[in-house]
Amino acid sequence: MSGEKVSGEKLHGEKLDGEKLDGEKLDEEKVSSDSVTSVAINDLSLSFGSVEVLKSLNLEVEQGEFIVLLGPSGCGKSTLLNCIAGLLDVTAGQIFINGINVTWEEPKDRGIGMVFQSYALYPQMSVEKNLSFGLKVAGLPKQQIEERVQRAAGILQIESLLKRKPAALSGGQRQRVAIGRALVRDVDVFLFDEPLSNLDAKLRTDLRVELKRLHQRLGNTMIYVTHDQIEALTLADRIAIMKDGLIQQLDTPHAIYNQPSNRFVAGFIGSPGMNFIDGVLEQKSDRWVFNAGDITIPLTDYAFLQNPQSGQPVEIGIRPEHMFVGDAAQGQAVVFSCEADLVEPMGADTVLWTTIAGNSLTIRTDSESTVKAGDSIDVGINPNRALLFTATGERL
Amino acid sequence: MVKSIHEGMQGPHGPKPKKSLSARNIVLYGFLLVAAFYWLLPLYVMIVTSLKGLPEVRMGNIFSPPMEITFEPWIKAWDTACTGLYCEGLKVGFWNSVKILIPSTVISIAIASVNGYALSFWRFKGSEIFFTILLFGAFIPYQVMLYPLVIILRELGLFSSLGGVVLIHCIFGMPILTLLFRNYFASVPEELFKAARVDGAGFWRIFAQIMLPMSLPIFVVAIILQVTGIWNDFLFGIIYSGTTNFPMTVQLNNIVNTTQGVKEYNVNMAATLLTGALPLVVYFISGKLFVRGIAAGAVKG
Amino acid sequence: MKEPVSNSEVAVKSALKGRRRPKLLRNLAAKIAAVPMILVALVGFVGCSVWSIFYSFTSSKSLPKERFVGFAQYERLFDSSRWQTSVENVAIYGVCSLVFSLTIGFLLAVALDQKIRFENTFRTIFLYPFALSFIVTGLVWQWLLNAEFGIAQVIRDIGFSGFEMNILSNREYAIYAIVIAGLWQGTGLVMALMLAGLRGIDQDIWKASRVDGIPAWRTYLFIVIPMMKPVFITTLVIIASGIVKVFDLVVALTAGGPGGSSELPAKYVYDYMFGRANLGQALAASTVMLITVLIILIPWAYLEFSQKRNAKHG
Repeated sequence: MSGEKVSGEKLHGEKLDGEKLDGEKLDEEKVSSDSVTSVAINDLSLSFGSVEVLKSLNLEVEQGEFIVLLGPSGCGKSTLLNCIAGLLDVTAGQIFINGINVTWEEPKDRGIGMVFQSYALYPQMSVEKNLSFGLKVAGLPKQQIEERVQRAAGILQIESLLKRKPAALSGGQRQRVAIGRALVRDVDVFLFDEPLSNLDAKLRTDLRVELKRLHQRLGNTMIYVTHDQIEALTLADRIAIMKDGLIQQLDTPHAIYNQPSNRFVAGFIGSPGMNFIDGVLEQKSDRWVFNAGDITIPLTDYAFLQNPQSGQPVEIGIRPEHMFVGDAAQGQAVVFSCEADLVEPMGADTVLWTTIAGNSLTIRTDSESTVKAGDSIDVGINPNRALLFTATGERL
Repeated sequence: MVKSIHEGMQGPHGPKPKKSLSARNIVLYGFLLVAAFYWLLPLYVMIVTSLKGLPEVRMGNIFSPPMEITFEPWIKAWDTACTGLYCEGLKVGFWNSVKILIPSTVISIAIASVNGYALSFWRFKGSEIFFTILLFGAFIPYQVMLYPLVIILRELGLFSSLGGVVLIHCIFGMPILTLLFRNYFASVPEELFKAARVDGAGFWRIFAQIMLPMSLPIFVVAIILQVTGIWNDFLFGIIYSGTTNFPMTVQLNNIVNTTQGVKEYNVNMAATLLTGALPLVVYFISGKLFVRGIAAGAVKG
Repeated sequence: MKEPVSNSEVAVKSALKGRRRPKLLRNLAAKIAAVPMILVALVGFVGCSVWSIFYSFTSSKSLPKERFVGFAQYERLFDSSRWQTSVENVAIYGVCSLVFSLTIGFLLAVALDQKIRFENTFRTIFLYPFALSFIVTGLVWQWLLNAEFGIAQVIRDIGFSGFEMNILSNREYAIYAIVIAGLWQGTGLVMALMLAGLRGIDQDIWKASRVDGIPAWRTYLFIVIPMMKPVFITTLVIIASGIVKVFDLVVALTAGGPGGSSELPAKYVYDYMFGRANLGQALAASTVMLITVLIILIPWAYLEFSQKRNAKHG
């Protein structure tokens, strides 16, 4: 606590020295405060006129953590990242990086590096110049610049490209140079603004793996914005799901997928999406059941988060892979018959579409499944993996 | 592990305080204001001079507002100012300009829009070559073509007539207008065109029923471009229209630059304002479309 | 670039009908629509230029006559002190307009791009003269620069009683009056083009340079201006072709005076063609103008087209 205060005052009191690179200064700070949160957002709000983009948002990122900000477009995830970078002026609240209050600092003084969706490479400069330009402006000695550029180029395996102009690079190479530009700054926090969305699917997968390796190797804090849930699930230590300027849930990919805290998160994550059935919660003797039309799902072992009430309207959510057909259906607690509307072979598995009690549902089955559209099928549900949501969308 | 740093709001929070009188802002707004002053000064001087009586103009300072506002100079400029031989004011030139402007604008835009459409969707062998020549033509100094065009007009019996000057405006307006329409139609999804052809529509039907309704904005841009361009023309008017059909700009120059008699600066400024009024009104009303027009004309697709 | 509707499609269609239409009649409506363009391009632009060049080698006086005199008209032209003055003046006018309109136009655009208040108002103010004709421009500045009652008198009124500013009737400075008026009229256009160019720069570039800690002026100088090279070149070509054509402004502002000291080539051509009935001389002068424009235009067109080709292949 005191460490933070002192360094805060220190930063505030001294005029920032443009000659010195921020990375070094931050290294000194780190020694005195090695257990602080890497990035902390404190009641952050941002409005453009009357439009509230971020609403009193809080977030703490630990040293070395890979955090992904995930959400639909317009949820404020990129805005939040730009606030952390200092590219947008906040309306209220504070931002701490490495325990230092940087709310009013210029981006260059925050100890961050940033990678942009459009790469934002300086088109008239060679790769080498792109990497070194910021360091040169900061007045770093030539030799040190050289070392850092070589190191970054080595890590990213772009040594052979140093003399080229960005126009002569492929999309993947440009992205690597963009990462290199963040790398040479020798900072603790990397910010990524949808860095892979301009690339084709194959390259995106490759670079995703590379990014993960890079993170393992460097151990920096990384904050990564994306709208691609696969990227989020594969890369993140923790995912922050955002909607309407608020973080809906901040948790590990496993918890986000399996224990979503509300209906929005449950529906947003997973492809095909979670199945939802509208119904009513009822208490029969001391057991709770879910009723929708002629379907009854017993909730014997369901761990309620809130006090359930009999007659309460609820939605039950079941992931497609927790519904079964054929032999696998027979072992389940709930089995009912219906008709397959549509069959979508996806390669690794096959998705069946069916209609139960007026709800269109998907079932993930083995790719060897022989079900055809129009076939009558038995569907089994594993109620232990089901989730209940109240009418307002909260987890029950 | 995570330190509690959220107790209270120590240190900076909220928006970064901005000094409205920073050195940067002083330089920035200072530069803009000085520039704006320079750009507005002539308009201001024109207006105040045109509202003063001649004695006041001769006595006073061109920047000082009129002590006594008079519209005499305006009336004189419009009605009785002398252009060398005649003393009928600018109104003759005004109506000549209108008579030149309307057919020139309509015909040139009609031809160029159809042509631009043909160049985007119905290319034929050689169409691009002719278009390239046309574009190059836009950069040829007019002086090279002035005399041969006099001969052509004379052969057609159009020299020294309104028809002749209209034809000239259509010729010299064609490169920029064709480019404007071609680039616009090139941005229309080709699927739309293909769908219409599959539906059996032909050249004219696709143009009239599909392309025209969706290209109104570009027509407005073209009209702005032509109206200001043709109204402001001097060279073609003085050569091709003939003495009785002189457009307003030519008459204005004749009024102001006649060497005989006393120089009536207030009448001159009123006449100048009257001539500049139409393009200025078009400019102030059209705003962004005007900018789009000149940008479309200037920066090629 | 959009793929043209290929002839083969048309061919397939007519083949389906069983009978091929004669080649000339295919795509007939489009060809009819393009007739005005073809006429203007071939007869108007190419034909007229060739005609003018052809007759510049004759001794035509008030009417074109095919009496060839070789390069005599050109020799006379370059010996003419009036033409020499015209060329000198267009050089002064050209260099000053280019330098000042590009720098001031760019600076204004940069200033307007700083998220300032009243941006629209400022932009409207800088651009409105561009809507006015050169005649109007020339006459306003003639009044402002009037030695007796213009700005000079205002300065005398302030207290510099001996102040003389007589640039319109000064042989040496009259051309600079034309420069000042021309800048007032045309700088707004440069500003508008530059502003469009600046707005076209990827916003991420600005963010990246802020994260890198590069000061704004260095970002403009080393990153943004190099990125705007195409805009600069296009603007340059537009200003340059306007400089060669400038005519009305001189007519209105100085009428070439005093004593022919502010003559310009376009006015030289006009005077010899319609005033002095010396067609051969006028055509020789106009041919020289044409060649000058081609010298500017051809390298630019070459660059532009080769760039497009490269972009296509890249």
